[in-house]
Amino acid sequence: MSAPSSTVPSTTAEPDIRAARLSAAQYAQHFADAAPRYSRSQALVEAERCLYCFDAPCATACPTGIDVPSFIRRIAEDNLRGAAKAILAANPLGGTCARVCPTEELCEQVCVRTAQQGKPVEIGRLQRYAVDAVMDRPLSTLFPRAAATGRRIAVVGAGPAGLACAVGLARRGHTVVLHDARPKGGGLNEYGLAGYKMADDFARRELDWLLGIGGITLNTGWRLTDRAQLDTLRADHDAVFLAIGLPGTQALAVPGAGLQGVRDAVAFIAELRQSPDKGAIPVGRRVVVIGGGMTAVDAAVQSRLLGAEEVHMVYRRGPGQMGASAAERDWAQTHGVTLHHWLAPEAVLGEQGHAVAVRFAGQALVDGRLQATGTHTTLAADQVFLAIGQTPDTPLLAGTGLALDGGRIVADDDGHTSVPGLYAGGDCRRGGRDLTVAAVEDGKRAAAAIHAHLSTLPTALTPA
Amino acid sequence: MADLTNHFAGIRSPNPFWLASAPPTDKATNVHRAFEAGWGGVVWKTLGEAGPPVVNVSGPRYGALLTPDRKLLGFNNIELITDRPLQTNLAEMREVKRAWPDRALVASLMVPCTESAWRDILPMVEDTGCDGIELNFGCPHGMSERGMGAAVGQVPEYIQMVTAWCKHYSRLPVIVKLTPNITDIRQPAAAAKRGGADAVSLINTINSIMGVDPDTLQMSPSTGGMGSHGGYCGPAVKPIALNMVAEIGRSADTAGIPISGIGGVGSWRDALDYIALGAGNVQVCTAAMVYGFKIVQEMVDGLSHYMDERGFHSTEDFRGRALKTVTDWQYLNLNAVSKAVIDQDQCIECGRCHIACEDTSHQAISAMKDGVRHFEVKEDECVGCNLCVTVCPVPDCITLRTLAPGELDQRTGQPVPAQPLNWTAHPNNPMRQAAEPA
Repeated sequence: MSAPSSTVPSTTAEPDIRAARLSAAQYAQHFADAAPRYSRSQALVEAERCLYCFDAPCATACPTGIDVPSFIRRIAEDNLRGAAKAILAANPLGGTCARVCPTEELCEQVCVRTAQQGKPVEIGRLQRYAVDAVMDRPLSTLFPRAAATGRRIAVVGAGPAGLACAVGLARRGHTVVLHDARPKGGGLNEYGLAGYKMADDFARRELDWLLGIGGITLNTGWRLTDRAQLDTLRADHDAVFLAIGLPGTQALAVPGAGLQGVRDAVAFIAELRQSPDKGAIPVGRRVVVIGGGMTAVDAAVQSRLLGAEEVHMVYRRGPGQMGASAAERDWAQTHGVTLHHWLAPEAVLGEQGHAVAVRFAGQALVDGRLQATGTHTTLAADQVFLAIGQTPDTPLLAGTGLALDGGRIVADDDGHTSVPGLYAGGDCRRGGRDLTVAAVEDGKRAAAAIHAHLSTLPTALTPA
Repeated sequence: MADLTNHFAGIRSPNPFWLASAPPTDKATNVHRAFEAGWGGVVWKTLGEAGPPVVNVSGPRYGALLTPDRKLLGFNNIELITDRPLQTNLAEMREVKRAWPDRALVASLMVPCTESAWRDILPMVEDTGCDGIELNFGCPHGMSERGMGAAVGQVPEYIQMVTAWCKHYSRLPVIVKLTPNITDIRQPAAAAKRGGADAVSLINTINSIMGVDPDTLQMSPSTGGMGSHGGYCGPAVKPIALNMVAEIGRSADTAGIPISGIGGVGSWRDALDYIALGAGNVQVCTAAMVYGFKIVQEMVDGLSHYMDERGFHSTEDFRGRALKTVTDWQYLNLNAVSKAVIDQDQCIECGRCHIACEDTSHQAISAMKDGVRHFEVKEDECVGCNLCVTVCPVPDCITLRTLAPGELDQRTGQPVPAQPLNWTAHPNNPMRQAAEPA
């Protein structure tokens, strides 16, 4: 992509950040379901495309190992309950993953139909079709809870990893207290994803449905802040699973980063998700989003959907290194977001304390290292969103005695940390892939590991 | 340019595609539309005796076997013969034949098994100016309970008797329509020939129940909570019909009798199958009932193109060619050896060939090579059974290669013999003959 032309920032107009740029009808349309549920006809025809491969590559590519051919075959046979059960047995958050997984980089990337017909079976949409179909019935009709074991486990963080772990433990008859610092459970599902991916309050509906299995107490507004709290948790429970995610965001270390109009994209996305009236959220007329991941895309696209006229998403490396998948980039571009590559922010330019533009330095890879090319580009902006990465809760973790690497908790694939009885998974675990589906797998495996461990103990240590 | 003009049992039509006697040919309105669309001939919906017409159900008459995207594989009906007065049909047939003198118009007939009944109806039918009659000895539902249709077609003596009456009381060509609901199609065909039939047409529909409604646990479709077996037709029955057509063509008793091929003809390819196995023309119903009459244009066009490409001027140029390649199992060359070959450039690695062979056949396709997903035929295990070819989703990705004489068969460790050997002379056959059969 060619470098954008320099734009001379306006020096006369006030920064234009405001709410209610569009009509209520436009907001409703813009934030409606991005890929609505298949009709039965659509699902049957798409399901028919699945070849029921031997040792199916899609199932191998799924971090949670969903038996994709089985669930699709069951859809084709009008056995939606069986299809959903196959999905949810491997991935209790199959409903969310069907909506937000980068399927084009996972199951659908390896679908053999692509080689033959140029497009994969739409596994994600079929998955959603099956899971949505059973959500009007309690989860316990699919997965009855085992008899109560009397074991109590604390799960910290009610995002994808914590939820998957809690459900996995509850199914096995354990009692779970699920803590979360936010007012609502769901973690990134509730706060961190674009609204059109999780339309119709899906994160809450899925959370309620999952908790319906029983045995899980959700305790919101409870934040783990120090080691003493953690020690108490450990003392009061048979095991503790940490799924605290990455609560911080990377700061932008350039001049002007503190100007008004510069905003953390994660907070913007969360505010937007929680606002029933999208028109109440102010957005700039010209927006610059700095970052190359899914969060950057969600912020950029939603800025456009809120009525921003000009949205630039700027990444310091090339398309190949971008965190956002090709499908996400296409999605951004079809929504009028201009993508820029090889531009690193140098300074946010301001007037009267408010950001008016961002100046970037051209970048190139030289011998595998990013180097400034000496060129500069300035993009005018009324609002600047930072989406340059999320960070672990270092103040908390550093004092816990847990082995850390890069600030994240060192744990194996089953969640075992350096501290016996303390498990960890999801984004806070070192080696996590920063994917919802990977977090679910962490939680699922930790639940199995915790259960296996508790099963070796003679009797319940604490009453249920 | 191929000439599709068809001469069948003395009846001329501009192409070999006739509409079979069925709901699409029940009224002048439909038949006019059919001829406008280009059908070469029409066999009018079966006429019964004068008097009160039959009564059809006013509930579901049809059921279907569908693919998930609702393409029709098989079709089933419980409609009876025409439920309109005989005179109405005869008057309309007369009018239609006058309007379309170049098209074939054949009357399908079904009256009780008495000489007088046939003697009475034949002159009235002949008076319409139609080109021939087809005796409906095949309808498997309703009418067969009253001693007609398949009830006649299942008794060769009745077939011969009624055919003879028709030849006696009418100068029109007589086509005998056969039911497949018998054990040996050669018997009714031979009976028709003994009765003097000018041709046979087959197959009529097959006794069938489409299924059960999972909610009500009633058979489906049902009328007032009850169902009755229907007649099965459509693409799924074609292989059954083709075999019967070939059996008649191969049998010394019936070889050479003109055959109108019926059953699952939906395209020119289907017509080609029938004609290459000896049929003089084909009759179509289901495809028209699914797509409308225009579908004949694609059939005519496709067959013409095929014939042009092959240099065939008339269907007679290839009629019966494939019949010569049909034989009894005992005469197959047991020394011929085929092996499956997977075209790795086309393989999409779905693994269906592997699992089908591994689970249900000869463990002759490997799934991995050098630790990587890769599907390859193990020639030392492959018996050339064609299962992998059949289950592969990519056309022509897996093919069978016939080994040349002298080439080593890795499965047996022996070279492929140059001389053919069939079961009649095989050393393992205790009844083997010394000499090769003719």
